[in-house]
Amino acid sequence: MTGKPKLYYFDGRGKMESIRWLLAAAGIEFEEEFLETREQYEKLLQDGALLFQQVPMVEINGMKMVQTRAILSYIAAKYNLYGKDLKERALIDMYVEGTTDLMGMIITFDFTPPKQRNLALIIERATTRYFPVYEKALKQHGQEFLVGSQFSWADVQLLEAILMVEEREPTVLSKFPLLQAFKARMSNIPTIKKFLQPGSPRKPRPDDQYVATVMEVLKKD
Amino acid sequence: MAGKPKLHYANGRGKMESIRWLLAAAGVEFEEEFVETKEDLEKLRKDGALLFQQVPMVEIDGMKMVQTRAILSYIAGKYNLYGKDLKERALIDMYVEGTTDLMGMIMQLPFQPPEAQEKNLALIIERAATRYFPVYEKVLKDHGQEFLVGSRFSWADVHLFEAILMAEECKPDILSSFPQLQAFKGRISNIPTVKKFLQPGSQRKPPADDKLIAKVKKIFNI
Repeated sequence: MTGKPKLYYFDGRGKMESIRWLLAAAGIEFEEEFLETREQYEKLLQDGALLFQQVPMVEINGMKMVQTRAILSYIAAKYNLYGKDLKERALIDMYVEGTTDLMGMIITFDFTPPKQRNLALIIERATTRYFPVYEKALKQHGQEFLVGSQFSWADVQLLEAILMVEEREPTVLSKFPLLQAFKARMSNIPTIKKFLQPGSPRKPRPDDQYVATVMEVLKKD
Repeated sequence: MAGKPKLHYANGRGKMESIRWLLAAAGVEFEEEFVETKEDLEKLRKDGALLFQQVPMVEIDGMKMVQTRAILSYIAGKYNLYGKDLKERALIDMYVEGTTDLMGMIMQLPFQPPEAQEKNLALIIERAATRYFPVYEKVLKDHGQEFLVGSRFSWADVHLFEAILMAEECKPDILSSFPQLQAFKGRISNIPTVKKFLQPGSQRKPPADDKLIAKVKKIFNI
């Protein structure tokens, strides 16, 4: 039975947030079921709903999809956010892997014991490894979007990454004028503008309560 | 300029091995330039050849591609190993992410503190036997076909085969409860391009030894 995609995850960002962003940017409404207890998770496991016993899981078009990248690639292709040919897709894939790595550092940060956290490394990577690449890409072709003069998954994920890093270091874009302009342009796209407003499915920054819930549900030490 | 793809990486498996497997399975010849020292890596970086300062990097069709998954997806797409439509591609992507997670655990093992290695090896074997292999065993059992997706050889089959061999290196009888996977392994081994890659003298790399681990740690500051 077709209907809105349904997302199964914790009530927080984690690995599901990029999926929320992409669906929202594509203008797709979705439902969510939040994992709050170990029992809920075990029920999903028992029902055979999680291919590799993990979330994120997204019910979409008759499939129970798992694995974040697989889900994102499917959504990108289905809603024409994956470029027009194999080479554009290759560029989008490369750009997205970069922002995934950067955002991955931040996701891990919140689950790292406070004494071992290294925010400075994240900011260094953002400003010397990742942001310069996208700044340069925009400078070289002078166009609005990262790939093929068309809005794509790469643009959505870059905006998400910029906002995540800015939450930790508000001045992080100070040396990246094109990324600042990019951020403003993307924020004004109607679907994105809507997602940025209070009351949208966008999740707030993880807090201790969220971390505790995840650890409890997944029984991680 | 068209020509053979050229792979830039250390002289060992690591993240590049899945790329070697896929190219070989697709029957595509490739060249390799090995990063042997820190200076080799710095030179690549200074030349602007590495988009995010990292290897793997593969020169292919006029691009300097980086990021393992992006490279693999491109090769799969180009050589018709990515299914016939979006839904088949979704299945292949899911299956490949699973084997990537399993092989990632195995790859990291030598880089973990010695005290943790025994425990982590046990975890790898447990995950292989209870989280990953049962999935592929069931897929093959449910549809009864030769290949994982769409009755056709795909990236998912190559990747699963690679993962099986790596897991067997950890525990030789790891497939003992998985008759479908045993048969699958036999079938895939006999595909001419795969058979060729399995023979001595191919570009397939051996498991990392202490010497290579030490070298890699030095080059990449691990």
